Amino acid sequence: MHPDLILAAGVSSPAIADAVASAIRLTTPLLLTALGAVFTERGGVVNIGLEGMMIFGAFWSAWGAYTYGPLAGLAIGAVAGAIMALVHAIVSVTFRVDQIVSGVAINTLAYGLVRVASQALFHSATTSPSVPSLPRIDVPVLDQIPALQPLMANLSPLIVFAFVLVPVSWWVLNRTVFGLRLRSVGENPLAADTLGINVVLMRYSGVLISGLLAGLAGGYLAVEQTSMYVEGMTAGRGFVALAAMIFGNWTPVGAMFASLLFGLADSLSIRVTIPHVPYQFVNSLPYILTIVVLAGAVGHARAPAADGVPYERSGE
Amino acid sequence: MAETPLLTLTGITKRFPGVVANRDINLAIQRGEIHAIVGENGAGKSTLMRIIAGLYQPDEGQIILDGRRIQMRGPRDAARLGIGMVHQHFMLIPRFTVAENIVLGEEHARGGIFSPREAEARIRELAAQYQFELDPTELVENLSVGAQQRVELLKVLYRGASIIILDEPTAVLVPHEVEELFANLQSLRQAGKTIIFISHKLDEVLEIADRITVLRAGRVIGTVPASQATKEQLAEMMVGRPVLFHLEKPPVKLGGPPIGVLEVRDLTVLGAHRREAVSGVSFVVRQCEILGVAGVEGNGQTELVEGIMGLRPVARGKVILLGRDITGRPPSTIRNSGVAFIPEDRQRQGLVLPMSVWENAMLGYHRATEYRRGVFYDLGRIKDRVRSLIRTYDVRTPDINGRVETLSGGNQQKLILAKEMSSSPTAIVASQPTRGLDVGATEFVWQRLLAARAEGLAILLVSADLEEVLALSDRVIVMYRGQIVTEFVPGTLPATTIGEYMLGIRRDTPAPVGGEKA
Ligand SMILES: Nc1ncnc2c1ncn2[C@@H]1O[C@H](COP(=O)(O)OP(=O)(O)O)[C@@H](O)[C@H]1O
Ligand SMILES: [Mg+2]
Repeated sequence: MHPDLILAAGVSSPAIADAVASAIRLTTPLLLTALGAVFTERGGVVNIGLEGMMIFGAFWSAWGAYTYGPLAGLAIGAVAGAIMALVHAIVSVTFRVDQIVSGVAINTLAYGLVRVASQALFHSATTSPSVPSLPRIDVPVLDQIPALQPLMANLSPLIVFAFVLVPVSWWVLNRTVFGLRLRSVGENPLAADTLGINVVLMRYSGVLISGLLAGLAGGYLAVEQTSMYVEGMTAGRGFVALAAMIFGNWTPVGAMFASLLFGLADSLSIRVTIPHVPYQFVNSLPYILTIVVLAGAVGHARAPAADGVPYERSGE
Repeated sequence: MAETPLLTLTGITKRFPGVVANRDINLAIQRGEIHAIVGENGAGKSTLMRIIAGLYQPDEGQIILDGRRIQMRGPRDAARLGIGMVHQHFMLIPRFTVAENIVLGEEHARGGIFSPREAEARIRELAAQYQFELDPTELVENLSVGAQQRVELLKVLYRGASIIILDEPTAVLVPHEVEELFANLQSLRQAGKTIIFISHKLDEVLEIADRITVLRAGRVIGTVPASQATKEQLAEMMVGRPVLFHLEKPPVKLGGPPIGVLEVRDLTVLGAHRREAVSGVSFVVRQCEILGVAGVEGNGQTELVEGIMGLRPVARGKVILLGRDITGRPPSTIRNSGVAFIPEDRQRQGLVLPMSVWENAMLGYHRATEYRRGVFYDLGRIKDRVRSLIRTYDVRTPDINGRVETLSGGNQQKLILAKEMSSSPTAIVASQPTRGLDVGATEFVWQRLLAARAEGLAILLVSADLEEVLALSDRVIVMYRGQIVTEFVPGTLPATTIGEYMLGIRRDTPAPVGGEKA
């Protein structure tokens, strides 16, 4: 966007607010996907197909927005993500195929399907025409403070939605029967089963929520951020979101802070140039950060006990 | 008995592929009694209980509850009829609180909203009602095994059970937890509950039960009132022949002075968090001798054994076998030089559960050229040999191609013995060799160890079961915090004194300054 901006001492406060605003915009798709990842993994299903679900969501929301307008487009994108998630659930929960294998297959499948569909619908395998976005919103009062203006004005409603979803997700996981049962099948599905909890239903729910949110995140990228679908626009964010969820210790609030960290790195990488340092280095910052953070987080984070373990009833 | 029973089983038969786990079982449970079911491993106790708890459906026979024939399709049906079961392996969620574990599935939440505080209050009340000591807000992972068992009991009570089945509840408990459990069971009985209790520890059963039913090979051998039963009589019913409770341990005569076979010199082994788990331990195990290692578990016994067997790096000191230094050699080298190993965790260290019986019997010998034909294994020869091994060691398995995990614990241990002893070792390192085994299998293992001793082997026996150590050993050392605090010959010290050594109240060797060596 602005690779000419040089970070130096004494940057004006609007510039900082601007950088933060950009970080928050870049955080939003990560956050949505990471929150979804919390749901699927707390239910015991690893979903590395999130990247593919984002791709699917991005394309179909662009098509939807192009055809029916932005709101319908985002809804279609979320549903498209959920359809991919349903495939993952059927393969890995019902048929107990290794969850990693299934996730990899989803990513490949989504990529291929989207190319075909794009060719058929837009007569281009890699881009859509420009599509309309949702009307922007301003946060009342705060948008009048000049220093905060870049943060509080002209926002995509999805940004607000994503951040509001953080406490909502916490509440659902910790204060509803659904959340308790979902977590129980991620920790010890056998115990949950003997107490009459429908393990398969719970795990499907978790996976489908992750697909909805990843699809919506893809929709954000296409409809809200870029106003068109471009092949490769997810750029591995599904994997980064997964890392954020792990770094956030499988909790919504943790996932939010980790997403913000990655979003900030992302925003710096496109806004900052450092003399004599090739820009590719700066651009790869978010990915390097992902690896460093994951390597450091492994010792502290604790996955749900049955995360990634297919459940099979035995005995009868 | 005049009273009509609460629960009656008639003609219950349950088959699994290759086995009849329960055969024409008739059983009557009276209202408000503690009824013990005893039998060896594999006798069919768990299967029968799972049928009563609705987890399995019987192939034949009827279950009559309160005069009405019942049919259950799952544990939920059983729960509705007031039958609950505490399983042998706990079904708890370590990262949930006590209250969450108990209410899960029956949250009684309005509008799907779960209130932890309300659940905790409900569970606090329930625990108080039966005088169970339990904090509903505590995470289950922070609880002792005994407390976890109380959680399981409360889970069942919360669901309104009036018939409570416990599958080998004492197998995982230390003695004072057993007492607590028994006190809990007594108060449940006072509250009018009926308890079915599985065990193969006869002393316990005689203490707690009102009546005892003995199962053997899937059949009911008989039901006797506890007040009229004896340990010997029950053991004979279980095993089908008289059982020795007092071992014959004949002195072994040697031609000359006994040779030291396995020597450990000033051995120091690090445990978890790089702390010294074994600190400067020295001893010699001689020919024709069983050296027992007693001590409360967790005082370095596990690390000692792993250090000797090359499974854990040795920080200092030496392990010497017949004059050869084997310190820190790979486990395969140590085994090949003549040390047989009976590991404490047979399912994780001793066997590869999903592999077949014959494959497990071959592991450790898989490099031997005598079982090869070119680059291939000579399967015919291998299987012949395995068949003869399992015959000699009385491993009961329908098929040597079957998975080892389908064998009972006793048969798994016999298979390990068969495998380890068949290499004609000069020394045996046996760690908890009879843990979790029933009377018959324990007796078998003991006989084998004594036979090995008579043949001249040097045996290091590590066991948390003091009675076992005293019964088998020629000499005993006691370990406390990684050190040997005393050595004695069984029969020369009263049990209370041994207990003091085990708890570190007494020691013959000076305590190290500052608790740990520099
Ligand atoms: N789910 C099962 N599938 C096949 N065989 C089983 C199964 N459960 C138990 N068995 C077999 O039934 C017999 C009785 O087992 P079990 O009831 O567990 O005995 P116990 O509890 O007395 O040790 C054993 O031979 C065991 O291998
Ligand atoms: Mg059993």
